[in-house]
Amino acid sequence: MSKTYVHAPGFVAGDRPKIVTSRFEFADSYTLERYLATDGYKGLRAALARPANEVHDDVKSATVLGRGGAGFPAGVKWGLTPQQVWPRYLVVNGDESEPGTYKDRLLMERDPHQLIEGCLIACYAAGLSQCFLYIRGEMAVAQERMAAALNEAYVAGYIGKNILGSKFSVDIILHWGAGAYVVGEETALIESLEGNRGMPRLKPPFFPAANGLYGQPTIVNNVETLANLPWLLNHGVAAYTAIGTKTSPGTRMVAVSGHVKRPGVYEIVNGTTTFRDLIYGQEFSGGIRDGNALKAFVPGGGSAPWFTPDQLDLPFEASQVGPAGSMLGSGAVMVMDETTDIPAAALTLTHFYAHESCGKCTPCREGGTWLERILRRVVDGDGTDADLQQLLEVGAMICPGAFPHAANEELGLKAVPFPYKMTTICFVGPSAFAPVHSALTLFRSEFEARVKKRVNIPVTAVGVSA
Amino acid sequence: MSRLNETNTKSAREIIARYPRPKSALIPLLHLSQEQNGYITREAMQHLGELVGVTSAEVYGTATFYEMFKFEPVGKYLINICGTLSCALMGANELMHHAEKKLGVNAGGTTSDGMFTLAHAECQAACTEAPTLQVNYRYRLRVTPTDLDNLIDNLRDNKLKDEFPPHGVLAKVQQVIPADRAVGTKDPEDVNESPAWLDGKAAL
Repeated sequence: MSKTYVHAPGFVAGDRPKIVTSRFEFADSYTLERYLATDGYKGLRAALARPANEVHDDVKSATVLGRGGAGFPAGVKWGLTPQQVWPRYLVVNGDESEPGTYKDRLLMERDPHQLIEGCLIACYAAGLSQCFLYIRGEMAVAQERMAAALNEAYVAGYIGKNILGSKFSVDIILHWGAGAYVVGEETALIESLEGNRGMPRLKPPFFPAANGLYGQPTIVNNVETLANLPWLLNHGVAAYTAIGTKTSPGTRMVAVSGHVKRPGVYEIVNGTTTFRDLIYGQEFSGGIRDGNALKAFVPGGGSAPWFTPDQLDLPFEASQVGPAGSMLGSGAVMVMDETTDIPAAALTLTHFYAHESCGKCTPCREGGTWLERILRRVVDGDGTDADLQQLLEVGAMICPGAFPHAANEELGLKAVPFPYKMTTICFVGPSAFAPVHSALTLFRSEFEARVKKRVNIPVTAVGVSA
Repeated sequence: MSRLNETNTKSAREIIARYPRPKSALIPLLHLSQEQNGYITREAMQHLGELVGVTSAEVYGTATFYEMFKFEPVGKYLINICGTLSCALMGANELMHHAEKKLGVNAGGTTSDGMFTLAHAECQAACTEAPTLQVNYRYRLRVTPTDLDNLIDNLRDNKLKDEFPPHGVLAKVQQVIPADRAVGTKDPEDVNESPAWLDGKAAL
């Protein structure tokens, strides 16, 4: 039975295991009182009753995958810190802003103590001596809820010196951004936390775990990833891995938006739920609005190459979606029905990435803007057939070589697996091209119908007489 | 007036003390300054530079990277209408045109009475509730043109002042760390031993 709650707009509960959304049914789920009445801080107690390395081993053997986009296992990430280098920091990535994604904000607004408890468990297990909780600037209510919860938890002895009377001491500092998508990239997040312009750092070093905040080992984890830890510690590894698949245990939060009957955020069983379930299932989005046909969908946030109805039966599982030519990203499915103006839809996403380019890498700064400008004139009906080729050429400067895309029988395409080759430091550049490439490959006729045939202009090389 | 006032300078010092290095406090302090003055002024950046020990040019460098900091006055209510894919699919463009007509300004403009600034925004992380908008970074979901008309009328009549504080005010609750509970922080250069709880034994 699906249930919705006025106090958690968008969230739809169902008869499925709940790991991170178990308290969403309560209107006062963000208070310490409710949290303590519903197993709150039990996971922390269980963790502190054991040596830190054992807790770390639990997180490793439960294969808690990162829920921010890359899907890297948290326990492995924690283990990448160099030996005997102190202090180490935890930075919580609450800068949720990938187009289509709506989950971390819900988790912060509806269950802030769960996130705090997750942070404490991570700090204990990985030996991190200070935690910075970075929340996206534009989320005033999430900041308020987190601040109030932190204040309650400090007073009650769950954060700060000698937590619960133990030798474990850690501060959690609430920090917030000021509007910049690229700051969701972990090295940009660290730059921003250092008070700088939020531009990604050159790689290598590839992992902030080796060299992060102030050059120290730093673990950057997504909000949802950390929110899994209290339940894991409270119920144990076996209970956690009993849900989902071997490679993707547990649950995941997925937002389905766009042209569906009931857009919503669902906590789904990892790895087994298919896109067909998510889009057409009665306990999920219930099909396309007005009985229309599905045209295309974005399986994992604005950066992900698009899928067509042929891919509906793929499960929400990284090891299958990657080779099929896209990614799960941050758990965001955007659905477009047959009435969608595809070039215009691609333009909104390309505009987003061009606008959010930090300007550090030339291919993204210039290329993203070019893609947007060319695509806009095509959408406005001022483009020529040469523009379509130009879009692909500019894209190839950002992502050289074969671009990932799904197999499509009708178009005779074989799947090219994700990820991309890229000429930029971070994924903002390739992301600007993903919607253009998908839209142009899958729906080329819609572009052709809008462009004028180019009239050749004879060009004479400089210095050569005609 | 655009340097931080006495109370805010005190809060600023408390915030700075939470970080291993003072410059980390810059974005929170810029928000504090914007809360006091409504936007970020030259004198404010000078003062923040003094507080965290960097030049005002460095403060300017950081501040200008981020969308939320404004360097000229904006309306009391900043209305950001999301236009990214999920919202665009659900009628965000029509909503923006409607707002432009209703307010008599184009996206990016401020009404002559200084009440409203209308802006086009990028994904607001409420995609299932499209189309969305934010007034001073607080949400309104599944917004219809009629909802928008009512919202603007009510804001103009000062009926929603409890829900939407004036531009610059972000969270109404701030973090307070009790002195007797705080672990405190040090510059990383001054720490080289492992945390006490990593001794191979249980902490409790």
